[in-house]
Amino acid sequence: MFRVSVQEAPFDIGAEFASLSAGRDDIGGIGCFVGTVRGEVDGRPLAAMTLEHYPAMTERALAAIAAEAEARWALLGGTVIHRFGRLAPGAPIVLVLAAARHREAALAATGFLIDWLKTKAPFWKKESFADGGEAWVEAKAADEAASARWGDEPPRCV
Amino acid sequence: MTSYRLHLLYFAWLRERIGRGEEEIEVPGEIATLGALSAWLAARGPGYASAFAAGKAVRAAVNQSFAGPEAALGPGDEVAFFPPVTGG
Repeated sequence: MFRVSVQEAPFDIGAEFASLSAGRDDIGGIGCFVGTVRGEVDGRPLAAMTLEHYPAMTERALAAIAAEAEARWALLGGTVIHRFGRLAPGAPIVLVLAAARHREAALAATGFLIDWLKTKAPFWKKESFADGGEAWVEAKAADEAASARWGDEPPRCV
Repeated sequence: MTSYRLHLLYFAWLRERIGRGEEEIEVPGEIATLGALSAWLAARGPGYASAFAAGKAVRAAVNQSFAGPEAALGPGDEVAFFPPVTGG
């Protein structure tokens, strides 16, 4: 089972690891990815990153992505936490943990989860620059390609 | 066909251009798909026209699931419009 959380508060990676592995001796490896706020964009210093999301849909979308990971790999549990709100440079944004008997499944599922999350979870980032400017982050073709290698069909335009 | 009500949501720069995050709207009965709805909304005013301008990548969800332009709409549906997602 996956624990999925959409929250404004920071997460505690140690506590999440402990909670995922507590009382288990069947797990042989836990894959981990933490996404954080970079402090500059093409050399332009960033003051903050604000994440907006679609509350009614977000948790459901993350649970669906986690369910797909569980269908593809023999996982022994996992965690997906995604933050929203205003985050400072260096702050953690997203945590993915995937536990399995062996590292192949744990690492592959971790990569899959973050790749699909980037194209399928309803979050939007706005950059606030140190010089006072603001800009919505544009979706990257590289992210769609990373998602597509797992057999993705990205949402279409209307 | 009779008109029907939809609950609309807008996110990110669509919300900023339209000037609101959500609204209840009465839609003509002949607007039966997501594609037809976005074209109809684009004609509602300058903010909508700017949000739905041709060439802008607008995506959508019907009742919290991603949907394409052919998706059918009905009374009471929740329809969200937004740019391509950028989480992670």
